Amino acid sequence: MLRVQNLGVAYKEYEAVRDVSFALRPGEWHMLVGPNGAGKSTIIKAVSQSLEYKGEVTLDGQDISKLHARQLAKKMAVLQQSHAVGYAFTVEQLVRFGRYAYKSAFSRVDTQGERLVEEAIEVCGLSRIRHQNVLTLSGGELQRAFLAQAFAQDAPLLLLDEPASHLDMAYQQTLFELVETWRKHDKRSVLSVVHDVQMARRYGTHALLLKDGRVTASGAVDDVFTRENLQTVYGMDVNAWLTWLHAPWLDGQTGTHSV
Amino acid sequence: MSKTSKTIDKSLTPNKDAQGRFSGTARVMRIAGFPLLVLVSVLVCIALGSVPVSLGKTASILLGAIKGKVFTGDVEATIILTVRVPRVLSVLLAGAALSLCGAVMQGLLRNPLADGATLGVSSGASLGAMLAILLGVSLPGIPLAGSAAFAVLFAFLSLVMVLSLAFALDRSLATSTIILIGVIYTMFIGSLMSLLIAFSGTKLRSITFWTLGSLSGTSYTDVLFLFGTLLICGLVLYNNSRELDIFATGEENAHNVGVSVRRVKLTVMVFVSVLIGVTVSVGGTIAFVGLVIPHIARFIVGPSHKRLLPSSMILGSVFLLYCDLLARTILSPIELPLGVVTSLIGAAFFIVILARSRRKAA
Repeated sequence: MLRVQNLGVAYKEYEAVRDVSFALRPGEWHMLVGPNGAGKSTIIKAVSQSLEYKGEVTLDGQDISKLHARQLAKKMAVLQQSHAVGYAFTVEQLVRFGRYAYKSAFSRVDTQGERLVEEAIEVCGLSRIRHQNVLTLSGGELQRAFLAQAFAQDAPLLLLDEPASHLDMAYQQTLFELVETWRKHDKRSVLSVVHDVQMARRYGTHALLLKDGRVTASGAVDDVFTRENLQTVYGMDVNAWLTWLHAPWLDGQTGTHSV
Repeated sequence: MSKTSKTIDKSLTPNKDAQGRFSGTARVMRIAGFPLLVLVSVLVCIALGSVPVSLGKTASILLGAIKGKVFTGDVEATIILTVRVPRVLSVLLAGAALSLCGAVMQGLLRNPLADGATLGVSSGASLGAMLAILLGVSLPGIPLAGSAAFAVLFAFLSLVMVLSLAFALDRSLATSTIILIGVIYTMFIGSLMSLLIAFSGTKLRSITFWTLGSLSGTSYTDVLFLFGTLLICGLVLYNNSRELDIFATGEENAHNVGVSVRRVKLTVMVFVSVLIGVTVSVGGTIAFVGLVIPHIARFIVGPSHKRLLPSSMILGSVFLLYCDLLARTILSPIELPLGVVTSLIGAAFFIVILARSRRKAA
């Protein structure tokens, strides 16, 4: 359904992304993985039409740069890394913003939308705080509220830009599990930037390993996350580091790491 | 788990929800309070002045005039019908227009300090109107059109200039950057206007009073002009309420849920400039109304623009009516410029708002 061909993005003279191509089919979760500055978020921003790019991005065969903002929002929802809300809207109002594309000046009633808003609030565990002012939410709660907004958008494709990077372990797990459940239902697909290789391997079906704006390896997660590939991209002994991160100290062993 | 969360839900919601707390009062105010407030204020402001007329007499003169009765030789009726009614109506409309612009700009820029005056739009419009008067620009047949057209043009250019300068310096368009640029721009335009006044001899001396903001001596033509502009711009801006709500979550998120960000921004900027330009060309720079009133309105009806915009207009018109009443009665027969009164009251209000938000942040 989503097809990216020869994508290139340049900031003045610096080429952030060069010649990236991939295809995302229904039901798949593609992980964009790589070191800082590899161009992961830039790809998300280009696909979501927030940046100028070269190359072609098509959705079900349609060039998405030609789609109207409303049409695009019905096909693709985006969850950003962090948010700053300006005024004291309630969680429920925030989730309802996700229905914008479905309401026009002439048809304000959106019965199916109301059901989807309710579902999104329920699924994301926001029922108890639905009337709370969003300015008083914690980072994790706010991110869940925006995820609910994206769910309410009812698009078959979800883009995530490092959605959990500033959340604690418990919130990270909740967020990824929510997206996983959402994806499996109805064969929807996800494209996300993830820093944590372990998380990428745990939830992704496919991965794109990036370095300096180019694809180093791509394919099914098991084929991409090999020792050699990771070593090339990160320039470190990833194996030793991950072994240490496995946290033998939790089981009472003294873990010292040597990288 | 679900059982406990439901009990918590019921016990917490009424206290926690800011909207819930105000919804009862807001509903009553919306249905009966707001229009009544405007009506009473208009009547009071028409009756009071250097020659006070009783409320009963005022009402009967107004009703008579509406029915087409002609009052010959009645001094009170002449004062009311030729001086006070057009003035009070233009004050009412200017207050509504300025507050609407403030509320819209604060929504668009996610900036609670945004307003025609703080962004330099009003002073830009003043400079435009002044240039038009100085150069003798006018359109035949329409008395205000020359200065209004220049004011609108300069208002729009100022807005574009201030925002692009702020964007060039700080891509995130932080509140403080925009306001700083706005203040510097206002000072710059202020000195340009002083220069113009200094070099223009007597031609612009009378304008000094106007630049301080005053709606004395406005005519029914002004009222019609203001009303038409407010009607058109108000409808267009109100039609963007939902988009403005979503702008509170940032431009990128707005784009992601389907808002045509560029179209909304351009529409809002054009119509705000027209509204501020026309208001300034009629009444000069009337500061602080657009800044303070939306805050009070937001406190009463919540942040949703569908309610915020109309209630800002109503509160703004009432506020300006009483400021104007003070301006013409407090040192009667001397009349203070309206802008001076709004600034005096507004500045004090503003400090309170700032202190409150600082306390909340801490």
